[in-house]
Amino acid sequence: MAKRIDVSGLSAYYGAHKAIDDISMTVEPRSVTAFIGPSGCGKSTFLRTLNRMHEVTPGGRVEGKVMLDDENLYGTNVDPVAVRRTVGMVFQRPNPFPTMSIFDNVAAGLRLNGNYKKSQLADIVERSLKGANLWNEVKDRLNKPGSGLSGGQQQRLCIARAIAVEPDVLLMDEPCSALDPISTLAIEDLIGELKERFTIVIVTHNMQQAARVSDRTAFFNLAAVGQPGKLIELDDTERIFSNPSVQATEDYISGRFG
Amino acid sequence: MSHAIQERPVSAAPRRGSLSHARLPRWSPAAIAVGSIAGGIGTGLAAGWHSKVQWGLTAALLFVLVTFAVTTKVEGSRQAKDRVATSLVWVCFVLAVVPLLSLAWVTISKGLDVLDGYFLTHSMNGVLDAEAGGGVYHALLGTIEQVGIATLIAAPIGLLTAVYLVEYGNGSRLAKAVTFFVDVMTGIPSIVAGLFVLATWNLILGFGPSGFAGAMALAILMMPVVVRSTEEMLKLVPNELREASLALGIPKWRTILKVVLPTAIGGITTGVMLAVARITGETAPVLLLVFGTKLINPNPFEGAQSSLPLYVYEQYAVGTDAAVARAWAAALVLIAFVMILNLVARGIARWKAPKTGR
Repeated sequence: MAKRIDVSGLSAYYGAHKAIDDISMTVEPRSVTAFIGPSGCGKSTFLRTLNRMHEVTPGGRVEGKVMLDDENLYGTNVDPVAVRRTVGMVFQRPNPFPTMSIFDNVAAGLRLNGNYKKSQLADIVERSLKGANLWNEVKDRLNKPGSGLSGGQQQRLCIARAIAVEPDVLLMDEPCSALDPISTLAIEDLIGELKERFTIVIVTHNMQQAARVSDRTAFFNLAAVGQPGKLIELDDTERIFSNPSVQATEDYISGRFG
Repeated sequence: MSHAIQERPVSAAPRRGSLSHARLPRWSPAAIAVGSIAGGIGTGLAAGWHSKVQWGLTAALLFVLVTFAVTTKVEGSRQAKDRVATSLVWVCFVLAVVPLLSLAWVTISKGLDVLDGYFLTHSMNGVLDAEAGGGVYHALLGTIEQVGIATLIAAPIGLLTAVYLVEYGNGSRLAKAVTFFVDVMTGIPSIVAGLFVLATWNLILGFGPSGFAGAMALAILMMPVVVRSTEEMLKLVPNELREASLALGIPKWRTILKVVLPTAIGGITTGVMLAVARITGETAPVLLLVFGTKLINPNPFEGAQSSLPLYVYEQYAVGTDAAVARAWAAALVLIAFVMILNLVARGIARWKAPKTGR
């Protein structure tokens, strides 16, 4: 069940430092939205506000609204744990749990949340691993540790782990930046398949990747180092890369700065 | 490109380029070591020194000096510094190992005299101090019970304190205060811990001596060690694992229980075992609180018990040949007990450690 994300007037802070300023945007369900922009412009911070992971950082604080369909993630009485079950996340560096086998890694979300039926577990794990295009590579060694896989396989394992809990939205924070081109291609193909079922938001430094995988692209920028990051524009990917409406976007994409 | 490699002279030895220089043969450090030891013995004999320590130190000094002199002459000053640093490391290693081996050797050779099945399964009931015979069973039982109870008290408290400090404290004032007092507690002399329990439990509350009173004092000594080592281990767990778990919608307490602690369990076990090893050898609080007895008292909550270090102390204080032999045997039992615990801990640590194999 993919959901629409509607952000309005969102600012995020680290202690007294304002990291992103007054961002409003809409992310359509069953689409891939890419965030691009220079380092430090708040793309990752903004991504982490979408499943309340920002506040895990000491001093992390958020103002504004994030509507997931018709529910405000930052409303009163909203449980961040429940939010994170609905909005999954894949990180920059593959981070499988080192004490767990491949099977246990994928099952971790279900097991540790406690809401699963034992008989379904094996099915869910198989389905998730197939969904992450990893099943054929690991089906004979599900009981081996997840950290024995290659980097690209580990990242797909993390994606399988994230989709096993059936989130509505999948956030990806530079999922390919630690991977070689072939693993990157595998993950990009996977993103194309996953968008049939999930709303996907991906942060990337690789503009070709944004152009390849995303339907819409958001460009973030910051006025100067130490200033908060801002959303410059959000538009269809084709338009952003061919005929952006803001000069700064065109400068960034054509490599004239940054 | 390959022909360039082929044109190189096959043997570099005849041509002294700027990149090669004279080298000492590989066996030279060993030869210098043997020579220095011979020199040390020779000097000692010639000067008539009685202390073998002087012989050894002379040999060590000779080793470093000769290494320096020979290398400077043959290889140059930079290599000489390198060789001197290496030889110093070796000398220090030997200096550290010699007392350890000699301690193990003395304890084993003297302890094996009376150590047998009878010794391990009998108490000192009805055995006069000067008599041979008797055993260590009551003391071994006491040690196991006291250390076991102390661990049951200290390990959970210490573990949870460390979890608080790392996962929840976040540098708050309470966390800083706890860290400070844990550091202070690490330095408490064991006799002070014993006196504290004696004052509160025995004098104010009016209980008699018991294994449990001793275990409480041991727990006080053990707790800061557990907190410290567990804290360090938890800090080593990468934050990415916590975030990965939280991002799956797993509550924080389950993240800690199922992801953070299992990842660090090997190191935590080792830390707890080191703390156990530390308190197993404590004599002072046991002397004050457990009191010592010749009889088997399996109940740690009532009446005096014995313990291995206390038994060693008592038997050695008696001073007769039979008693001293018993003291050595009990010391050997104590060392073996701690060593077995350590081996078990290592086994657990290896078994539970994060696996990286394919």
